[in-house]
Amino acid sequence: MTTTEETPMGFGRMHRKEDVRFVRGHGNYVDDVTLPGMLHGAVLRSPYAHAKILSIDTSAAEAHPKVRAVITGEALAGLNLAWMPTLSNDVQAVLATDKVRFQGQEVAFVVAEDRYSARDALELIDVDYEPLAPVVDARKALDPDAPVIRDDVEGRTDNHIFDWETGDKARTDEVFANAEVVATQDMLYPRVHPAPLETCGSVADMDPITGKLTIWTTTQAPHAHRTLYALVAGLPEHKIRVISPDIGGGFGNKVGIYPGYVCSVVGSILTGKPVKWVEDRSENLMSTSFARDYHMHGEIASTKDGKIQAIRVKVLADHGAFNGTAQPTKYPAGFFGVFTGSYDIEAAHAEVTGVYTNKAPGGVAYACSFRITEAVYLVERMVDVLAYDLDMDPAELRMKNLLKPDQFPYQSKTGWEYDSGDYPRTLRMALDLVHYDELRAEQAKRRDAGELMGIGVAFFTEAVGAGPRKHMDILGLGMADGAELRVHPTGKAVLRLSVQTQGQGHETTFAQIVAEELGISPDDIDVVHGDTDQTPFGLGTYGSRSTPVSGAATAVVARKVRERAKIVASAMLEVSPDDLEWEKGRWFVKGDPAAGKSIQDIAMAAHSGLELPEGVEGHLDATCVYNPPNLTYPFGAYICVVDVDAETGQVKVRDFVAVDDCGVRINPMIVEGQVHGGLADGLGMALMQVMAFDEDGNHLGGSFMDYLLPTSMECPSWRLGETVTPSPHHPIGAKGVGESATVGSPAAVVNAVLDALKPRGVRHADMPLTPAAVWCAAQGHPFRTDLAIT
Amino acid sequence: MQVPAQFQYEKATSVAHALSLLGKYGPESRIVAGGHSLIPMMKLRLAQPQALIDINEITELNKISVEEHMLYIGAMVRHAELLASALAGEHFPIFHDAEKLIADPVVRNRGTVGGSLCQADPSEDLSAAFAAVRGEAVIEYGEGRRIVPIREFFAGPYETAVGDAELLVGVRVPIRSSASAYQKVERRAGDWAVAAAGAELRLEGDTVAEAGIGLTAVGATNFHAPEAEEFLVGGPATAERFARAGEIAAEHCEPVADQRGPADYKRHLAATLTARALGAALSRWHGRHQEA
Repeated sequence: MTTTEETPMGFGRMHRKEDVRFVRGHGNYVDDVTLPGMLHGAVLRSPYAHAKILSIDTSAAEAHPKVRAVITGEALAGLNLAWMPTLSNDVQAVLATDKVRFQGQEVAFVVAEDRYSARDALELIDVDYEPLAPVVDARKALDPDAPVIRDDVEGRTDNHIFDWETGDKARTDEVFANAEVVATQDMLYPRVHPAPLETCGSVADMDPITGKLTIWTTTQAPHAHRTLYALVAGLPEHKIRVISPDIGGGFGNKVGIYPGYVCSVVGSILTGKPVKWVEDRSENLMSTSFARDYHMHGEIASTKDGKIQAIRVKVLADHGAFNGTAQPTKYPAGFFGVFTGSYDIEAAHAEVTGVYTNKAPGGVAYACSFRITEAVYLVERMVDVLAYDLDMDPAELRMKNLLKPDQFPYQSKTGWEYDSGDYPRTLRMALDLVHYDELRAEQAKRRDAGELMGIGVAFFTEAVGAGPRKHMDILGLGMADGAELRVHPTGKAVLRLSVQTQGQGHETTFAQIVAEELGISPDDIDVVHGDTDQTPFGLGTYGSRSTPVSGAATAVVARKVRERAKIVASAMLEVSPDDLEWEKGRWFVKGDPAAGKSIQDIAMAAHSGLELPEGVEGHLDATCVYNPPNLTYPFGAYICVVDVDAETGQVKVRDFVAVDDCGVRINPMIVEGQVHGGLADGLGMALMQVMAFDEDGNHLGGSFMDYLLPTSMECPSWRLGETVTPSPHHPIGAKGVGESATVGSPAAVVNAVLDALKPRGVRHADMPLTPAAVWCAAQGHPFRTDLAIT
Repeated sequence: MQVPAQFQYEKATSVAHALSLLGKYGPESRIVAGGHSLIPMMKLRLAQPQALIDINEITELNKISVEEHMLYIGAMVRHAELLASALAGEHFPIFHDAEKLIADPVVRNRGTVGGSLCQADPSEDLSAAFAAVRGEAVIEYGEGRRIVPIREFFAGPYETAVGDAELLVGVRVPIRSSASAYQKVERRAGDWAVAAAGAELRLEGDTVAEAGIGLTAVGATNFHAPEAEEFLVGGPATAERFARAGEIAAEHCEPVADQRGPADYKRHLAATLTARALGAALSRWHGRHQEA
């Protein structure tokens, strides 16, 4: 990888500004926050997946000498805080009052003088449970005799949450009825977890004098959280300050509000002291936002020679015990509607049914761009299934059906407008990089020798940057982002943003955008984020939206500053603004390049006694709110090469080529880092990660011994390529990229393993493709990966 | 952060000191070596010992040496030290094979040979490796020391022959002309074995004179496969017989299904990995004898 010796004046490779503190161990995370008199909280959690609470006796815990408060659901009910709204207009128990509905659910909260005493006191709380039959298998959630999980909602008699559909059913059915070839496949995208290395936590400090609540918390969306606290707790919004300090990974896990946060606030109100609560690893894995859990039935229609005509899908979506999915209001299945993928087809239709089960709530987390991971997995598996049935090369089949450059902007059959793309060029580059034809020749030889080698191809189109406020809101909050840029007299600048980095490098990338627009070095620009008292309103960082939305806001606000600078420069140079021309870093007189003023000189003049034209304010500062006209549609071609040990089922990823097109790259090094991380993530999901549950609803992945994150040992040396197709509607032509690799790579890895198993007659097997899953699939007796293996 | 319950902490400075501390605190005390199993269990509150007796500063337990035709490995030898030991690798390459696959470098820097054996996890790699080469545990108690063959060391899952007032001080393996190897299937680097097999072979001409087979994570009694060993001894060292030995070993296993795989898969692995480990050991045997 190329390293940079000097800071580029704008876009280009440069080391991350934030890494100076991280690599020296000077990051400041929530658990690093220590306040005078601070107390510590711990959550008592349910051992049962489904049980009635008969009684809770907290007297022994309260008698513990270091315990300051014990809070139960009953106590919260007295404050009208026992339940809180979710991001999907459902409610979720903060502390259980009537029943527990998943293993690990919050039952009581202890506040003590130290973390050890708080934990010790949990064991002194006596809860009398009456266990109930749990709903573990989503496929049985709608059975007539299934236990009703959400009997807290009056009149509810089943576990059905919603039905949602998209596309043209009649037209799709017609195409299928007349199709020469129809391939059908059931597949599961199992429940996985974002598993950020920093778990979730908060330090709540309610000042009893001023009535101001300051909460340091692990949040990807500080402003949205502030509004939600105001709505949940009835606190005035101007008296709430949410600070999201350094965040050790989010991946969607830190979008929602967790009961522990609310309990820390209540604990601080009750004790008059700051209260810290930081969950442990098992709590994070067992109770916080999961991702995926889509049981999909896919169908694909084509001609005999492989022209894809239509795609049809039915999804059963397991949303857990409370519908806590984070997504724009009008999209209960997120952006699953882009399941038609990257292909030119005649018709498409999808039906999604959401159900409750006795599992943790959440959903649509983990770098998935609001369910696009599921959509891409579905269509890319279906294309491979079709290739299997037609005995066609999967790369050739894709090339034949990809959208052509002249079809953009492309109106998809499910109502999405893909902004720009040259898909065949990107796929061709990936095929060349991996030496596709040579690999197929090698594979043929190995197959003759009885060896299992697989080549997996996946092509994805993402839809990121939510979103146009007319269509997209979360709990009524439109998804536009503010930006504020201050230029100091000496020409140094401070950019204030609503998005919150969790490792994406915002402090570098956004400084580079300002640098590109104003010619101020990124080293001279400070990016402020993660503090609602210091930044403008916006919806936060998830769904790869930071660059598409706040990145655009940054460019727009910098251009506003540039226009203000133009007027100041015209006064300085005593010419009309119309006679000025911009080059990076200075305004100069048209036809007389030597007569010009640098942005630094202009900044000083803007703060000086210089006489400005009538009606023109001094200074250069500007603000803006960016309401994106459309999503951006990054895309890419991924090819994975595996060797499978036929006797043991072990998969070795030999090579992986990823060609990404995310439009204009602001900092290619950061983009490549994001792609590397996402590829590892996707490989993990494809090969090892899953949260399975046994018949009693016990979580079988509650630690990193059981929930496996991939290591460098499993990852090949990723080989990257890039094409650049700028977004036509984004001010700098950029598209989001944070989730591209996580979205695209699982299908590539799974397709590769199944390509390897083709000689054994295996057409599909569900993730994760552990050695056992591969071997059992090859034996013809695959198992359910979401349930306990028996 | 997970936090353990309260406990007493004592730092032992010698084996005698450790034994006296064990006597002082009784059966609710635990020896802590590398702490990579015990501390997580304490944090999860699956273990709540009243006292920890830390033996990390007992330097006499750190050595790897050859004494009286035995390879001696002290209980406090770290996994990384065993992996780096040319002496151990020269006589029993199985230890290097296994150590490369045990946990990850961070754990190997801290975790110990004695701690791994005393934890007696049913999926422990070193238990199978020592069982394959017929190691012997050296246990000290107040009045002296006793020797227990590794094949009799394990009393069940998480239970060993080490008594309440005793300390495992080392393991020794009789040095003889032999070759050994270890094979493991894991879901990911650092995971416990789905299944693993160790093998040790000594040939006389083309005939197997001695065979040792260790198995872990597949429910093999005391981590070894005596029926398969018996089958091999006296016969030719061929791939066919190794495969048959694997089948015999697998027939005597009682694997339990878990998220690493169903029982039939683990049984299949027991057979496959046994045959592979025997094959790898045979290659080493031939390699050495061609050199000589």
